[in-house]
Amino acid sequence: MKKEWPLWEVFVRSKNGLEHRHFGSLHAADAEMALENARDVYTRRNEGVSIWVVESKYITASNPSENGEMFEPAKNKVYRHPTFYKLPDEVKHM
Amino acid sequence: MSEKELINLEQIFEERIERDEKIEPKDWMPEKYRQTHIRQISQHAHSEVVGMLPEGNWITRAPSLRRKAALLAKVQDEAGHGLYLYSACETLGISREELYQQLHTGKAKYSSIFNYPTITWADIGAIGWLVDGAAIINQVALCTTSFGPYARAMVRICKEESFHQRQGYEIMLTLCNGTEAQKAMAQDALNRWWWPSLMMFGPKDEDSPHTAQSMKWKLKRKTNDELRQQFVDQTVPQAAILGISIPDPHLKWNEASGHYNFGEIDWEEFWQVVKGHGPCNKERMEARVGAWEEGAWVREAAMAHANKQTNKKVAKAS
Repeated sequence: MKKEWPLWEVFVRSKNGLEHRHFGSLHAADAEMALENARDVYTRRNEGVSIWVVESKYITASNPSENGEMFEPAKNKVYRHPTFYKLPDEVKHM
Repeated sequence: MSEKELINLEQIFEERIERDEKIEPKDWMPEKYRQTHIRQISQHAHSEVVGMLPEGNWITRAPSLRRKAALLAKVQDEAGHGLYLYSACETLGISREELYQQLHTGKAKYSSIFNYPTITWADIGAIGWLVDGAAIINQVALCTTSFGPYARAMVRICKEESFHQRQGYEIMLTLCNGTEAQKAMAQDALNRWWWPSLMMFGPKDEDSPHTAQSMKWKLKRKTNDELRQQFVDQTVPQAAILGISIPDPHLKWNEASGHYNFGEIDWEEFWQVVKGHGPCNKERMEARVGAWEEGAWVREAAMAHANKQTNKKVAKAS
């Protein structure tokens, strides 16, 4: 049996209408304790109305050293941006 | 990786730092950058954790419920700050266990200021005012540090810490407006905490082996001496408002430089405390290691409980 408490990532919604944002991480024996610790560590001053916790090992992350290939497809498609299309100045509301 | 590739990576890295780009945990970084950050961030985390001990000493003896609640909240914040920093440090590939191990064996250092005793209630005031004041100056400078997780932890810590200094100064103010004996107690605390607070900024620039590299990597944004001067300049007028005097006969306003001149720090004492010969080094480590060891059964029980719950769920599902 593993003795050390696993690592969890904490996501907090600071108020309704906003998305959950990554706040940091912490160690806890299980999900319930992770939630309680997240409350004590990250929301001591009303910073949140909702908390998500997920064990860090379940997160798959992209590799920054492969950013070139990874994000290249987005770089050479200028026609995805409105400024690519030239319209006369008389055209309003577009 | 060939040597040429490595040099190329290092050059790209230095250029990123030069452009003020943040470095994130999974980015390539020179091994020395990683090690230096582990050293500094963990030292910072350990300081938060050990810093709870001298103040914890006064929680049960705080003079009123208001003071007790504030002190408890402050000490709880220090625990939180330690956790933010340990988390930031762990992103560099070192485990929490290893970090604790380094603290407990004395391999890692923590701020020497916490090796001084808190013998009167005024010490709690002086710590908030001076020690937290010095810490805030250090930490504000670190909010723009190059390593992302460290900078983010610093921003959060700075937001929370301003109450720490204000509560300390308020304690001092109350004592200084009190009886003669209370004012004398405040003066005595200032006498004992002034010099160790100046030492918190570390050795002089010319004696600081890590400063040049740390400035280049934007791990540090200002030098030890710059930060120390800033602390003196902002604290001297605060002492005047309290009506107590700073224990330095050489302290003098310098019209030309626009700063205060101040006397020489006792560097012999500084190095003695760093090397473990301060008044409370032994006591602090015994308290810390004791707490960790006595809590072992709780950590194990929580893990056993978690495993049991998981097994139950698995059994139900199958």
